[in-house]
Amino acid sequence: MQKNFKIVDEDGIHARPATALVNTANKFKGAESFAEANGKKVTLKSILGVLSLGLEQGDSIVLSSEGEEAEAALNALSEVMVNEGLGEING
Amino acid sequence: MVKLEGIAASAGVAIAPAFKLEHPDYTVTKRDIQDIPAEIAKLDEALAKSQQELESIKERTRQELGDKKAEIFESHLLILNDPELINPVRDKITEDSINAEYALNETAAQFISMFENMKSAYLQERAADMRDVTKRILTHLLGLTYVNPAEIDKEVIVIAEDLTPSDTAQLNRKYVLGFTTNIGGRTSHSAIMARSLEIPAVVGTKEVVAKVNNGDLIIVDGLDGKVIINPTEELLEQYKHKQKVYQEQRAEWNKLRDEHTVSKDGVHVELAANIGTPNDVQGILDNGGEGVGLYRTEFLYMGRDKLPSEEIQFNAYKTVLERMEGKPVVVRTLDIGGDKELPYLDLPKEMNPFLGFRAIRLCLDRTDIFRTQLRALLRASVYGNLRIMFPMIATLDEFRNAKGLLQEEQAKLASEGIEVSDSIQLGIMVEIPSTAIIADQFAKEVDFFSIGTNDLIQYTMAADRMNERVSYLYQPYNPAILRLVKMVIDAAHKEGRWAGMCGEMAGDTTAIPLLLGLGLDEFSMSATSILPARSLISKLSKADMQELAAKALDMQTNDQVIALVNSLDV
Repeated sequence: MQKNFKIVDEDGIHARPATALVNTANKFKGAESFAEANGKKVTLKSILGVLSLGLEQGDSIVLSSEGEEAEAALNALSEVMVNEGLGEING
Repeated sequence: MVKLEGIAASAGVAIAPAFKLEHPDYTVTKRDIQDIPAEIAKLDEALAKSQQELESIKERTRQELGDKKAEIFESHLLILNDPELINPVRDKITEDSINAEYALNETAAQFISMFENMKSAYLQERAADMRDVTKRILTHLLGLTYVNPAEIDKEVIVIAEDLTPSDTAQLNRKYVLGFTTNIGGRTSHSAIMARSLEIPAVVGTKEVVAKVNNGDLIIVDGLDGKVIINPTEELLEQYKHKQKVYQEQRAEWNKLRDEHTVSKDGVHVELAANIGTPNDVQGILDNGGEGVGLYRTEFLYMGRDKLPSEEIQFNAYKTVLERMEGKPVVVRTLDIGGDKELPYLDLPKEMNPFLGFRAIRLCLDRTDIFRTQLRALLRASVYGNLRIMFPMIATLDEFRNAKGLLQEEQAKLASEGIEVSDSIQLGIMVEIPSTAIIADQFAKEVDFFSIGTNDLIQYTMAADRMNERVSYLYQPYNPAILRLVKMVIDAAHKEGRWAGMCGEMAGDTTAIPLLLGLGLDEFSMSATSILPARSLISKLSKADMQELAAKALDMQTNDQVIALVNSLDV
C-alpha cells in the first residue's frame, strides 16, 4: 500500500522531519517502509537515504509500506508528513 | 597587532585570551587485517561509545538550549545507527579484510560528496553533519584524544577552523565568551548556535587559526565582523567601551520588545520589518516588529530554473500571514528587472536597466506571471492581514491596470467558490518622482503609500546607485528628497490614507527624527533595527520633531540637515 504526497515545506525535506520519519518507521518492526521520489526508492529506516532524495518544495513523494503492520505504519508516517508541515496528501 | 575581517555571525563584543580548538589528525591508512571478528568488535565498541557521547550531548543541549537545538543530535544518532552507513562498513571489513577506520572513511566519503553535490544549500550543509559523526567514530577507532570544548574552565575566545554542531553545543557560555572561525557563513550551524547562545561570533575569517597563538588576547567584534589579535592598549580601551555601550543598549532595547512604539509625547507609529522569505519572520518576532512593511517576493523567483507555481507562492504567503498572527503584512508584487535578473525569463540586456523594463512594467506586459502571483496572494489573504503593494508605479494608468487585473482574478476566484478576504488594502511604492509629485491624485485611489527611498533618491538625483563615482549624490537628507517625502505623506493624510517607508532611510537614526516630524505612519526596516528605532522614538517628542522637520525643509544642503539633526540632544 502507498500514499502520494507533495512537499510543501519551503526548505524541502530537512533533518528534523527526516528524523521524525525515520524514528516512526523504526517503531514498526512488522513493516518495511519506503520513500520514492525523483526516480529513486529508499528505505525509511535510513536517514541518509531519505535525505539523499534531495526533496525540494513542490516535489512529489510516494510513501509505501509492506508487511503485517503496513497499514498502521503508513498511517503513522502520513501523520508525520502532515503534522511536521512537510507535505500534503496528493490525490 | 593583527586585524582580520570576517562575517559578523552573532552580535556583541567579546574580549579574552585565545583558546585554539584543534581537531586531531584523522588521517586513515588502509591496512589488511587477519582477525575479522576482532575488527567488527572494535567497530561496535566505537559505535557504542559514540552513541553514549551523543546521548549525553543531546541531553545537555536539551537542558541548556531546549528541544529544538537538541534535534540536530537526534539526527546524528540516526546517522550513527543508519543501516545504509553501517552495513556497507561491515561488509567492507568482512569481504575486503580491511581495517574498520578505512572502511568507515570510504563509506562516509560517498555520503559527504553526495550531500555536497545537492542542489539545495540546506542539504549541502548536511555534509557537515556527516563529517561530524564520522570524526566522532574515528576518534574512538583510532584511540585519539582531543580536548573537549566542554572541559574549558577559564574565560576564553575559541579559535577554530570550523566548529561542528557538537563542538558548539559543548561550549560553556560561562567561559566561552566568543568564538571565531576560518570558515562558515551566517547560516552555518556554528553561526546559528552562536546567536541562540547569545555569544559574539565572527566566522569566515579565512586565516584566524594561522594568525593566532594560544593565549593571545583576542577581540571578537560580532557587530562589524572584525577580529583583533593582541590589540594596542588604546584599541582595547575603545573596544571595552564599545562592549559596554552595546550591553547597556541591548538591555534597554530588550525591555522594549513587547511595547508599542510611542513618541515621548504619546504618538504611536508602527515599526515593521522588511523580509525576503518566510524564514525571516522569526527575526521580526524576536525583535518585537509590529508587522511586515515589505515582503520582497522576488526571492521566490530567484535561485530556481523556472517560475514558481501558484501553489509554491500560496504556501509562502500563507506561512508569513499565519505566523504574523493578524499583524499587517505588506507584500510587494514581483520587482524583477533592473539589477535583479531571472535567467529563465531571457530578458534582453538594457542600456539603463534601472530606467528600463522592470517591476510593474514587466508584470503589466507578462500578465501570465502577474496573474499567477495575484491569485496566490488572494487565496492566501484569508490567513491574515494582507496588504498588496505594486512597485515602480509611474502613472495612475499603471495603477489602474494592475488593480484591474487583481479585480479580474478576484472575480474568477469568487466564481470558483474560493474564499478571499474582503479587507485587503491596496497600495503602491512611491519611488518615482512623477508619482510623488501627483501623490494627491494617487491618494484618491490607493489605500496607502510606501516610499521606497533607495530608488526615489537615485531617480530624483539622477545618480545610479551602483556607480561609485556618483555615490556622493546619494543624499537622503537633501531638502529636495525631504520635500518629496513630505508631499507624499501630506497627500496620504489629506485623503485619510496612511504613508509608510520601506527604504533604508526608514531605519536610519538620522532620518527617523525628521520622518517622525514629517508625520510618517509606518517605518519598515531590517528586523535588527527595530528595537534601536523604538528606543530612539521613545525619546523624541513628535511636536518638537515637526519643528525640526520644518527647519530641515527650508535648508539648502544635505550636510546642513545632518548637522541640524546631530544638534538634537538624545
